[in-house]
Amino acid sequence: MTGTNPGISTPGISSAASGVAPSMDPAVDTAVHSSAPGGLVKSVVELDRVVIRLAGDSGDGMQLTGGRFTSETASFGNDLSTLPNFPAEIRAPTGTLPGVSSFQLHFADHDIMTPGDAPDVLVVMNPAALKANLPDLPGGGLLIADSDEFTARNLAKVGYDSNPLEDGSLEKWQLVSVPLTSMTLEALADSGLGKKEAERSKNMFTLGLLSWMYHRPTEGTVRFLERQFRRKPQIAAANIAAFRAGFNYGETTEAFAVSYEVKPAPMAPGKYRHISGNQALAYGIVAAGQRSGLPVFLGAYPITPASDILHELSKHKSFGVRTFQAEDEIAGIGAALGASFGGALGVTTTSGPGVALKAETIGLAVMTELPLLIVDVQRGGPSTGLPTKTEQSDLLQALYGRNGEAPVPVIAPRSPGDCFDATLEATRIALTYRTPVILLSDGYLANGAEPWSIPAADELPDLRTEFATEPNGEDGEFLPYLRDPETLARAWAVPGTAGLQHRIGGLEKADKTGNISYDPANHDFMTRTRQAKVDGIAASIPATEVDDPDGDARVAVIGWGSTYGPIGAACRRIRASGRSIAQVHLRHLNPLPADLGEILARYDRVVCPEMNLGQLAMVLRAKYLVDVHSHTQVRGLPFRAAELAAVFQDVIDGTTGTATTLDTGSDTPAQTGAAL
Amino acid sequence: MTAIESTNAHVHDLGMPAPDVTTISGAIDASVAANGPKQTALKAKDLKTDQEVRWCPGCGDYVILNAVQSFLPSLGIAREDMVIISGIGCSSRFPYYMNTYGMHSIHGRAPAIATGLAASRPDLSVWVVTGDGDALSIGGNHLIHTLRRNVNLTILLFNNRIYGLTKGQYSPTSEVGKVTKSTPMGSLDHPFNPVSLALGADATFVGRAMDSDRKGLTDVLRQAAEHQGTSLVEIYQNCNIFNDGAFELLKDPNTGPMWTIPLVHGEPLVFGPGGASCVVRDDFGGLRIAETNQVDASQIVVHDAHRDDPSYAFALSRLSSQDLRYTPMGVFRKVAKPSYDRMMADQLEDAAAQQPADLDALLAGGDSWTVS
Ligand SMILES: Cc1ncc(C[n+]2csc(CCOP(=O)(O)OP(=O)(O)O)c2C)c(N)n1
Ligand code: SF4
Ligand SMILES: [Mg+2]
Repeated sequence: MTGTNPGISTPGISSAASGVAPSMDPAVDTAVHSSAPGGLVKSVVELDRVVIRLAGDSGDGMQLTGGRFTSETASFGNDLSTLPNFPAEIRAPTGTLPGVSSFQLHFADHDIMTPGDAPDVLVVMNPAALKANLPDLPGGGLLIADSDEFTARNLAKVGYDSNPLEDGSLEKWQLVSVPLTSMTLEALADSGLGKKEAERSKNMFTLGLLSWMYHRPTEGTVRFLERQFRRKPQIAAANIAAFRAGFNYGETTEAFAVSYEVKPAPMAPGKYRHISGNQALAYGIVAAGQRSGLPVFLGAYPITPASDILHELSKHKSFGVRTFQAEDEIAGIGAALGASFGGALGVTTTSGPGVALKAETIGLAVMTELPLLIVDVQRGGPSTGLPTKTEQSDLLQALYGRNGEAPVPVIAPRSPGDCFDATLEATRIALTYRTPVILLSDGYLANGAEPWSIPAADELPDLRTEFATEPNGEDGEFLPYLRDPETLARAWAVPGTAGLQHRIGGLEKADKTGNISYDPANHDFMTRTRQAKVDGIAASIPATEVDDPDGDARVAVIGWGSTYGPIGAACRRIRASGRSIAQVHLRHLNPLPADLGEILARYDRVVCPEMNLGQLAMVLRAKYLVDVHSHTQVRGLPFRAAELAAVFQDVIDGTTGTATTLDTGSDTPAQTGAAL
Repeated sequence: MTAIESTNAHVHDLGMPAPDVTTISGAIDASVAANGPKQTALKAKDLKTDQEVRWCPGCGDYVILNAVQSFLPSLGIAREDMVIISGIGCSSRFPYYMNTYGMHSIHGRAPAIATGLAASRPDLSVWVVTGDGDALSIGGNHLIHTLRRNVNLTILLFNNRIYGLTKGQYSPTSEVGKVTKSTPMGSLDHPFNPVSLALGADATFVGRAMDSDRKGLTDVLRQAAEHQGTSLVEIYQNCNIFNDGAFELLKDPNTGPMWTIPLVHGEPLVFGPGGASCVVRDDFGGLRIAETNQVDASQIVVHDAHRDDPSYAFALSRLSSQDLRYTPMGVFRKVAKPSYDRMMADQLEDAAAQQPADLDALLAGGDSWTVS
């Protein structure tokens, strides 16, 4: 590792510091002290951060195990970021490559921005998981494998001629073979469970082992298991027993001589929890209803990766939240718009294919000028694409994917926790300007998690908006399309309000009256007015934040949505290497902030990394005539910080197009696991 | 209490604090405070708008509009509490001519939009106006799902067996072999019978009426409006431009009585000049037409619209053929079942009773930690 790698955000890999220690950044001080549990002398190594990846069969419960480890880590007080990665198939054939599911967690004693480029520790539950994930484990990394599952049959399934755990082919890594399955069975010998059932607890045994290795608190998991299997006490007891057995095994075995400590990260005082993007988004919708005083109506059709928002919201009926599982996406948004007409906060949640179906109704909402929140949790496209993988390729669909001139404000959250705030901002715009708003999340934000500073409800934005209650015309009539001179928002009169009966619809409206009009001048006027209304939202957007600590950057990087973490991590690396770079991250994609053109013009080069083929770059080029350098990838996975840092360095050094020079240490070839 | 549940509390004494017009109930209360109690004594003219009616002269839609405007006041509902949602088509212009709240939406989607409105505002009287193309082609999916859900709304399906607005293509109710602009050698696809379709979706209220039969139409509309849940009323509507005379067989005073089977709950199904024809059970559990003087009176089916099993009503709907001979008119089915909006409101109430809405508690969740 060269000095150019600051090793701040994403751990690099070096040769092991001791015994079976996971690789760690040499720049970090490592304290070693010893303890003697159970008579064994074990040392404790202090690390500043760790990236762990758990990989197994879809049926092995890796997502649950990862989620629990995340909870333990969060309650311990580390900063963290997660990357679940699972196949679209619910149960691909057992033990095959397409069936591999993984969960990566990065946790640290300082603030971090990404789930980590590459794991320091890889836990594999079978040969398929090994085959799919080994290319990502840097040399020297710790590899823990369930040796029981490396049977001739399982090896043959994924094309291993001999057992890699025994044939010396894994010599480059620190391999620890552990018979996880048989030890779980042993631990549960008296549980009364059959072999098959008992075996299923091996993920809890593994979690126990990891909990010991990283000094995680365990009470939370015990409580969780008790709650989860409330109605099946035997299963709860078995899982807890397996969990404890795994923990005790770590403490007593000679296979692991070292355990690791990652101190809590300093965080601003306050109350925290860990939260996923979809959960934060769902809470944002509940909060938007509470803060606006409007009943929430969600119309949705299940689709990965957005369904969890529907699931979450359906639990919150006590907040007056109505959830409607529609017959299709068109009905979902139609019902939401109908509810908005009735005075509710209409919301529809979906992913890219669903947005395509909703396009015509979004146009109707533009025409009827009713508030409506459309959530697009983007996934890989086109068509059914990569349902469980992330991408940012719906930006242009959100901006332009409708017939006619149909401007719609577009907002994008930057992190899992930010999904909450972005939802409130999208609602503010929808209610203030009486317009549909598209909120662009993505699969990475949706399933990823991070610690979240819990806001106080009464300090959230006040989203109340006034309904019309009396005629607004000069002759005592009600003019539904009479506008607020400042926002150009029209009056919102709800059915039930006497004297304000009116008709709206998809045909062009006459100015003010809203009656059907085919008048050419009126159509020109109304088209421009609808555009002006959306453009005018820019006046309510705060000045764009430019992150340039040294203030002398000549290159700016601009991003939007979930790339915030990797871009930020890469910028830290660049700065630690002595270079300067400015970071701009957009939340408002339509309208763009009023000061953005002027900001971009200040820099010699503007780089725009995106998980699409350059959609924002195209918009920026068109709008500001800036020669944006577009850096793109669509692998279904977030950017790696190291990869971006190399790109930024090339742009800064004027070496774009030549081989990258920044030593990225942990960088590895493109992950193949996701393409299986 | 959600905003909507308090919408019935309209009474405001002087000296009460001003209603909070940021809530639905507050806005409604404010309008009551300004205008006095809701006006439910309406006349037909109160429901007319200043918009010029733009249907072709002679179109059946006029007759239906007049019938609806004359009938609605008898329901005793204030016009601001009525909402009419339509799709796209000639018939779907309807809301623009009604001085109620209304939305002329997009092709086929009115049932979906109305579902969201009716489910979130059980205090409103929600109506859908749709055409045979709107409801059965592009919007077929929404129609059947709305019917099975039983949301409280009334759907008026104007069936002229043609696409009027797009100038005369055949529709999903056109008879096989229909020669139109898009089918110069005759249409090939078998039509839907909208009543059969609705019954297949287990609709709780299904009726049929003729545009020109003011009394029959009004009678079916009244029962539909009173029904809790989704009511589907198929209205045969003449398009005198593209499908003139489509229902002449039933309208003609000479042939009409011969081929029309009036449905009256509790009455035997006897019809035709001099009651010459009747409906009896066939050997396969279905129904067939018989000559009254050839069967024993006890064999004649007595109409029962309240039968829970929809197969009887379905069998009734199958008596008529594509050329409209033996067409039952009236209410096929009318059964009580909880409506979706009511059940949804009940779930919200139950949830609120079990667990108070505490946003801070929700945001904090179960697993939080404090950094000091
Ligand atoms: C998405 C979409 N597709 C097609 C049309 C064109 N279109 C308008 S009305 C109509 C058919 C209307 O037929 P029907 O519902 O029977 O109504 P009618 O005019 O006969 O009353 C069609 C195809 C449209 N407006 N929108
Ligand atoms: S085209 Fe037919 S349905 Fe349409 S308005 Fe004219 S007569 Fe009526
Ligand atoms: Mg028609």
